[in-house]
Amino acid sequence: MASYASRRAANRIMMGLCWAATLFGLAWLALILITLFWNGFAGINLDVFTHDTPGPNTEGGGLRNAIVGSLIMTALGVGIGTPIGILAGTYMAEYGRYSRLTFYIRFVNDILLSAPSIIIGLFIYAALITEGIEHRIVGYSAIAGALALAVIVIPVVVRTTEDMLLLVPNPLREAASALGLPRSHVVLKIAYKAARAGLITGVLLAVARAAGETAPLLFTVQSDQFFSLDLTKQMANLPVVINNFAGKGYANWQQLAWTGALIITLAVLTLSIAARVLSAQRTQK
Amino acid sequence: MADVTLSNAEGKSLSAQQQRISAVGIFRLTDRVFHNVTFVAALFVLILLGAIILSLIVGAWPAIAKFGVGFLYGERWSVNKEIFGALSPIYGTLMTSFIAMLIAVPIGLGIAIFLTELCPAALRRPIGIAIELLAGIPSIIYGIWGFFTLTPFFGQTLLTAALILAIMVLPFVTAISRDVFSTVPAVLKEAAYGLGCTTWEVAKNVVVPYTRVGVVGGVMLGLGRALGETMAVTFVIGNSHTIAASLLSPATTISATIANEFQESDGIYRSALLELGLLLFVITFFVLAAARIMLMRIERKAGA
Repeated sequence: MASYASRRAANRIMMGLCWAATLFGLAWLALILITLFWNGFAGINLDVFTHDTPGPNTEGGGLRNAIVGSLIMTALGVGIGTPIGILAGTYMAEYGRYSRLTFYIRFVNDILLSAPSIIIGLFIYAALITEGIEHRIVGYSAIAGALALAVIVIPVVVRTTEDMLLLVPNPLREAASALGLPRSHVVLKIAYKAARAGLITGVLLAVARAAGETAPLLFTVQSDQFFSLDLTKQMANLPVVINNFAGKGYANWQQLAWTGALIITLAVLTLSIAARVLSAQRTQK
Repeated sequence: MADVTLSNAEGKSLSAQQQRISAVGIFRLTDRVFHNVTFVAALFVLILLGAIILSLIVGAWPAIAKFGVGFLYGERWSVNKEIFGALSPIYGTLMTSFIAMLIAVPIGLGIAIFLTELCPAALRRPIGIAIELLAGIPSIIYGIWGFFTLTPFFGQTLLTAALILAIMVLPFVTAISRDVFSTVPAVLKEAAYGLGCTTWEVAKNVVVPYTRVGVVGGVMLGLGRALGETMAVTFVIGNSHTIAASLLSPATTISATIANEFQESDGIYRSALLELGLLLFVITFFVLAAARIMLMRIERKAGA
């Protein structure tokens, strides 16, 4: 056995490295946020929200069409995905809690939760859009993008719904059943109410996830520079605009890419902090 | 039951008995409907997985039929001659992820040990949340950030991509290691401290061995993320279908190839890209499935 002094020295070194690792991790977060704020804030002005994205070699311009497009597609994606996710999570926690089927669904859902998002884009493309064949269902459109986002949203909501409903104490359900409430009412009026904060947390996290996704939108909505509210047509959106603008040589495009990145990051961080505050309140009760 | 509902519509003349019967009837109906609706939604999750695999196979079929197994080890990617071999994107994907894990795993474990063993209680939550926020930042942000701040120093190389991936995967490894570390029963640690172990010895000889399966599961989950990451990598890797000996030369990954080339592709080219997507899905599926199985084992251990 090594001497006491050498063991203490080893301990010092390793614990020092753990400190260093933490500082290293936090430093990246700080570095990314600082760069983002530094470059993004320079471009924030009224034009960003009132003008549409500029074409090549055009002065000025804003992100209005992209912001509106992102809001529409995220809302639609979450709107489609959330009910399916909540209902599926309800089945797993309330009806099939110990069944084999629930076990498989949970396993598959966890895999979908971490599946590469570019695959989801390819899936919607291959399933709905595919060019050059006759029975194509929708073209490159906002609705296709929203469906891709819905596929991203579903596993997030399923996971949190199941987890949150499992936390609801069984005596609550038993008391409701003893009063003669049917099962569906026990779920809808009692379990959902008890798990409400958790369910909202899940939806917020899903919105945060969907709002920043780029890869699923690359092949499902072709972003353009026009303002559009037509769901069956192409629609501009922030992540793809950032993707298209960042690598090009125009100074105003790069500036808009940074500004867009800042807007998305602020939105996503606000949502995830809100979700955390909400779930912290629930655990304190 | 239909009669009851009809008389219900007539209103006040119903006796209490009839009202009760009609209420039970409605209850039974909503019960059955609600149960079935949730069941269908749950099945939908399984159907989704099947639909993803099926539609990718259908889309990739022309390429699968034309290139066969050669697709997997062909090194040439020539759009003009319509020869597609996936070796260089496969190599890029595996290599970037491997290096990323090499960087992220020790650091992530270090942070997890810090958070569970060293950190003052007041700082534990804020630091934990900060690391988790790092996980919430969308990948396009990492991409544009890496493109403007890392590539001027490192160039568009495989190593730059690995570095960005390491930063992205770090929070996943950290969060899961921290969670599994906190499943170690306090008695075990206290016993080791009681024998005179230092903090490092407790971490090395008690915490890590106890949670080994869970840590490996967390690492695999991070690996699953790294393998499929698209936007961050596309910006910094240089997108070149070559397998160079040096890590400091441009390369490509499966996801970067798809993201870059999909829009300009058609016919067999597009089908080859879909086959790449299928390949990526199969790889990540097995990695993630292995991760889940390992994490389930540690959960069962913690529950018992």
